[in-house]
Amino acid sequence: MSAFEFLMQGLGTAADPMMLLYALIGVTLGTAVGVLPGIGPALTVALLLPVTYRLDPAGSLIMFAGIYYGGMYGGSTTSILLNTPGESASIITALEGNKMARKGRGGPALATAAIGSFIAGLIATLLLAFLAPSIVKLALVFGPREYFALMVLAFVTVSAAFGDSALRGLTSLFLGLALACVGIDQLTGQARLSFGVPELLDGIEVTTMAVAMFAVGEALFIAGQRVQVDDEVTAVKGSIWMNRRDWARSWKPWLRGTFIGFPIGAMPAGGAEIGTFLSYATEKKLTKHPEEFGNGAIEGVAGPEAANNASAAGTLVPLLTLGLPTSATAAIMLAGFQQFGLQPGPLLFATNPTLVWGLIASLLIANAMLLVLNLPMIGLWVKLLTVPKPWLYAGILLFATLGTIGANPSAFELGMLLAFGVLGYVMRLFGYPIAPIVVGLILGPMAEQQLRRALAISQGDWTTLVQSPIAATLLGIAALALIVPLILRARGKGEVLSQLAGDED
Amino acid sequence: MSVSRYEPPRRRDTAALIIAAGLVVIGGVMLWDSARLADLGGYSGVGPASVPRVVGFALMGLAVWTAVEALRGDFPQRAPQNALPVLWIVAGLAAQLMLLHVAGFSIATGILFAFTARAFGKRNLATTIPIGIVVSFVVWAIFSQLLMLHLPAGPLEHLIFPRG
Repeated sequence: MSAFEFLMQGLGTAADPMMLLYALIGVTLGTAVGVLPGIGPALTVALLLPVTYRLDPAGSLIMFAGIYYGGMYGGSTTSILLNTPGESASIITALEGNKMARKGRGGPALATAAIGSFIAGLIATLLLAFLAPSIVKLALVFGPREYFALMVLAFVTVSAAFGDSALRGLTSLFLGLALACVGIDQLTGQARLSFGVPELLDGIEVTTMAVAMFAVGEALFIAGQRVQVDDEVTAVKGSIWMNRRDWARSWKPWLRGTFIGFPIGAMPAGGAEIGTFLSYATEKKLTKHPEEFGNGAIEGVAGPEAANNASAAGTLVPLLTLGLPTSATAAIMLAGFQQFGLQPGPLLFATNPTLVWGLIASLLIANAMLLVLNLPMIGLWVKLLTVPKPWLYAGILLFATLGTIGANPSAFELGMLLAFGVLGYVMRLFGYPIAPIVVGLILGPMAEQQLRRALAISQGDWTTLVQSPIAATLLGIAALALIVPLILRARGKGEVLSQLAGDED
Repeated sequence: MSVSRYEPPRRRDTAALIIAAGLVVIGGVMLWDSARLADLGGYSGVGPASVPRVVGFALMGLAVWTAVEALRGDFPQRAPQNALPVLWIVAGLAAQLMLLHVAGFSIATGILFAFTARAFGKRNLATTIPIGIVVSFVVWAIFSQLLMLHLPAGPLEHLIFPRG
């Protein structure tokens, strides 16, 4: 069957009334949580994971897809209406979007972000659907060494290539890899780093660690700040609709943003916000109104927002086809799959096509729902922005611990949450990025397994790792991604790299 | 090595040195633990101890790098932090952890809720603890009764939902 037929079949699955309801709940919750200040898509997905625990796999994953897309939409609302600099994910949107909102053009800014996100989500999800089968075919020729090389590349791009310090990125990554070693060895069954504690034999739960790092660590960090920045919500005045001129200035950035964002999300570098940054730079260069940039240019909202959503869909390409998470958000989504014993990858397309295609189709549906949900109901979401900080963070911690308790109601698990929360706080304090430690924890065991398989096949000959052209190329790119930024930073050109790094996903 | 007179006075970053020491300890623990494992490398020569060993050595290397940056004062400036609010949240999490199975989800989480609110400026625990318990109870009811999540029940939960 062609991708088109599969997609139609998937739409059939996703159009089931129960599934539509799950998708609707997912997008609503995703938007509601994503819109809260300080919560990016990674945390949204991690916090809402427990909601899906008791559903059937299809329903749960469809709800999850809705949460993911909803979190992205919600995030853009926050960055347009709130003056918080350093808000993760859509920091670029905030540059122009917040300026527009202050000039009383918040409505059109929100509209161009929502419609741009819709168009980007639509095109990118279709691209995902049509690309996935060919990548799956390609993935079938991948052996352990190619997978290992791919994971090494993902490690490097997530940790060392972007951000302001290769040292701190690599330290975060290796801490994740160290934590990944805890538990029973997958191949020989020996207990590693468990120190006789039975709870450690199962290894460290990715969701506990992600929630601790993102929710608890962030709450501690914000609470400890001596200067409390008061977020100021800009009211949406006037019409929320875009006029003819806004449309004329928006549609090209939407399309350009989509085609910039998607490939970048799909590459094993999806973690960084390069897509939004490149889109912004492109729009700034191409605009006929350069004087408006920095003062609220609509192109500066339309392009990056589209790029942001397109790269979110792009991240799903390696996740679904190769089982390779390239961002913290994707790592948590992988944990969502794993709670049902599902391992995304080429095999899942063969063994459970209804599920995979139902998921892809539900992304299209979720996207359409979000457009309807966001534009007319914007007033409701804006109210969520005004939740006072004490209640906001009290609620975040309530839900963070709820997820951990729901997965495993033991004091030990809560102790881990507290310990990793403090670790996350210290890492934030000293400028260590969070994504590498999460990606290291989830990809570490997979990379180790592939490496040991590859070496078992070659009977211990390490050169096997570079003897396949694909693996050698991937490792070469990984080496370049490690070395080139080091040279750039040494020459004092590191600022661009640190701007490219996303804070959270 | 020559000492340049034009260099600005570099301050030693003690906190970063402590991080470097911590990395050495973690790396050391990994190496110690991997030495204990029977290395069943089999055909590959790579057994369960190999990867922890590599990670252990890498952490040691990163510790050296961190120490160098710390001595050169290359770590970024840190905004000063208030310890008290941070401790309130940690205390809230610890209280929840200890009370969870004794007092049930709502009371334990209500205390976490109130302590967190206190850390962010809502200081009156006499009002925030009841608010927290009510909110947590509503969340407990939704998640344990509708979404079938296993959340520990205590006296309060048993009082209102006798069947738990």
